[in-house]
Amino acid sequence: MIPELGQFALVLALSAAIVQFAVPLIGLATRTPAWIGMARSAAQTQFMLVALSYACLTYSFITHDFSVSYVAQTSNTQLPLIYRISGVWGGHEGSILLWVFVLAAWTYAVAIFNRAVPADLHARVLAVMGMISTGFLLFVLLTSNPFARQFPIPLDGNSLNPLLQDPGMAIHPPLLYMGYVGFSVAFAFAVAALISGKLDMATVRWMRPWTNVAWLFLTLGITLGSFWAYYELGWGGWWFWDPVENASFMPWLAGTALLHSLAASEKRGVFKAWTVLLAVTAFSLSLLGTFLVRSGVLTSVHAFASDPERGLFILLFLLLVVGGSLLLFAFRASSLQTNNQFALVSRESGLLFNNVLLIVACASVLIGTLYPLFLDALGLGKISVGAPWFNFVFIPVTAPLALMVGIGAMLNWKRDSLGSHKIVFTVLAILTIVTAVALTMLLPHFHFGAVLGIGLAVWVTVTTLYGLVYRVRNKRKKLYALTHTPAAFWGMTLAHLGIAVFTVGVALVSLYNTETDLRMEPGDSHEIGGYNFLFEGARQVRGPNYSAAEGRLVVTRDNEPVTVLKPQKRIYDVRRDTMTEASIDAGLTRDLFAALGEPLETTGSNREMIEGAWSVRLYHKPFIRWIWFGAVLMALGGMLAASDRRYRVASRSVAAPARKDTGSSVTDSSAIPAAGRLAGAGGVDGPGLGGRGLDGRGALES
Amino acid sequence: MTPARKKRLMLVSLMLLVVAAAAALTLNAFNKNILYFFSPSQIANGEAPVGNSFRVGGMVVDGSVERSETDLGIQFDLTDTASVVTVSYTGILPDLFREGQGIVAIGQLDNEGLFTADTVLAKHDENYMPPEIADALKKAGKLSGDYGAKTTVAE
Repeated sequence: MIPELGQFALVLALSAAIVQFAVPLIGLATRTPAWIGMARSAAQTQFMLVALSYACLTYSFITHDFSVSYVAQTSNTQLPLIYRISGVWGGHEGSILLWVFVLAAWTYAVAIFNRAVPADLHARVLAVMGMISTGFLLFVLLTSNPFARQFPIPLDGNSLNPLLQDPGMAIHPPLLYMGYVGFSVAFAFAVAALISGKLDMATVRWMRPWTNVAWLFLTLGITLGSFWAYYELGWGGWWFWDPVENASFMPWLAGTALLHSLAASEKRGVFKAWTVLLAVTAFSLSLLGTFLVRSGVLTSVHAFASDPERGLFILLFLLLVVGGSLLLFAFRASSLQTNNQFALVSRESGLLFNNVLLIVACASVLIGTLYPLFLDALGLGKISVGAPWFNFVFIPVTAPLALMVGIGAMLNWKRDSLGSHKIVFTVLAILTIVTAVALTMLLPHFHFGAVLGIGLAVWVTVTTLYGLVYRVRNKRKKLYALTHTPAAFWGMTLAHLGIAVFTVGVALVSLYNTETDLRMEPGDSHEIGGYNFLFEGARQVRGPNYSAAEGRLVVTRDNEPVTVLKPQKRIYDVRRDTMTEASIDAGLTRDLFAALGEPLETTGSNREMIEGAWSVRLYHKPFIRWIWFGAVLMALGGMLAASDRRYRVASRSVAAPARKDTGSSVTDSSAIPAAGRLAGAGGVDGPGLGGRGLDGRGALES
Repeated sequence: MTPARKKRLMLVSLMLLVVAAAAALTLNAFNKNILYFFSPSQIANGEAPVGNSFRVGGMVVDGSVERSETDLGIQFDLTDTASVVTVSYTGILPDLFREGQGIVAIGQLDNEGLFTADTVLAKHDENYMPPEIADALKKAGKLSGDYGAKTTVAE
């Protein structure tokens, strides 16, 4: 009964989604306020229905309803409760339902917040999101119904893939989807702007917190995925340039570019068409990521068998969304013409530089990911593009980005001169070089790459921190000015410091890590990175739904005990899958990592015999935590920026004049009185400047 | 030229420079860093290069796995049912490495036809067949065609 209820709710949700886009669009065309207003209630209804459906599937998981074939495939009576709840998204059908649920939740949030947004714009945004929902609900109902029943009913389920029976993996997909799907809000705003042919400052300001929140979730999702791969796959790496990882990284790069170009569009009214294009790109790349992962076209460590029919559906949907929005862009982008100019040395140029580099980086990842698929499709041979290629291309593109981070953030809007900063930059550069060389001296042996990496990190740190000083340079009460600096500025500072921390981690772990695979008899010991690992043998242990061989390694440094590592080799009862559970001693400056390979003195398939020698994997990973810590700092920065009260205050005060004006075009200058009052230092010029167009083309629309 | 246009030209050329540099980097790196895939049959026909890294995939032949007594060395045969190539590897094998299982190895071929792998990949899903192997087996004429369409657990 419950599964049928869930499916019925999904069908109703589909109807609500259709109402959500069709009725308001008709209402907008015929100027019927009641129809326009339908968008909000339809969105709320759709969310309730999808939530109900999702709850039904969760209920089927918790109560072991194996008559539902998806539950039988993914769950098992022995599976602990937490993994039955997270198991809902442990397979294809459920994870697509989760996608739909997250989309409905974002839609709901857009529907209930942003009440200050003009009714027309709000209805258009919700209508666009309704179209996306419709596509995905159709996808679930037509190709991936999680509620399909089966007969005969199996006695027990096939259980969840043991790799996914892990707390990190339980929350990784929801975080990632919050990010992926969150870009649909920016996308919807962008498409709404294209439909109406205008993108005023108020709209851009509404886009910013949504984009920030989506971006921070994506950042956390990717970070958690990287962390999970590190400790759970048992290879000790943190990023493999695997196509599935790339699929989540591309929207992140485009989203990061979008965050920065939104800043320029809001504060100065420049790059509007570009911002819209980026919003379309970020969401399209999210859809592409879904397609790549769900269609099975990729060769990847994460790739799992899947259905070609589903791939075709998402591909068609992708073409429709990307093609449709790009077509709209081609027709309407010229109406978003920018009319503010800026000098070559200015904050705008800095942001443009940032965007070009991020997009080049994103394009290189895209090429590296898709090129093998193209060659294969054309029958030109099967190739793979691996980590060396990505490192070779990616690092030269992103290093200048780090060089510019602090400088760009310090430049004035509109016009600045490098001359006025010359002395400061020289002092900071000398400081950076001295600090970097001094810090490198502390490392076990000299590496030129370490000087570069640490130098870059120190440079980012000093320029970013100097940005704070620079901001309050003319204030009399410096501390007061600092504590009253808007949250968005602190968010930016924190995120940029995150880059520095991240860079240290990447540089040091790639240059100084030690990885050894070796054969160890009980009593053997081995030293890496100054730590001595003594293998004391393995013994049999029992877990809730697996049995395992657990090794015992006593780690000492200079004969002082450090820790005891207990890596496991698990065999899960139901699926008989073997799993390597690494044991890690985490530290601020190093991780010690041990994983069991296999027992070496057994022959054939008798894996019960665990006495004797094992193949053992020992890693010393200096500063690896800094990678994830840096990424978390970036996400915290995003959170701080999104919480800036200027966004909320601005929304309210701008809304009043904008709403009256919905019929005609709202230009930048009409939003400026509010913006000028609320923007931070160096923000917006007076209304008079808006009209001065570049080579005469950018005259105001009205 | 007006100063505004001049500035714009500067900006555009700067951007083009960045993009061109990236494109040059990309193409150059492609030549050096891509890995081709060869099946055991192609290797038997002498199509695979000697001394250059490439990938080979196939099923591990039952009973062919031999371990070294002293270190982590291992040798096994890989087949696409038509031909066989011997692979040697030193290190820890992935959890799903088994006899009869489809795997992909990355490494180099020597003059004697021994493939020395520096990486061995097995998938984390026992029902999943890497597309290259499925293709190679299909070409060798032994696969029922059932693998590609199978739906099992996902991510």
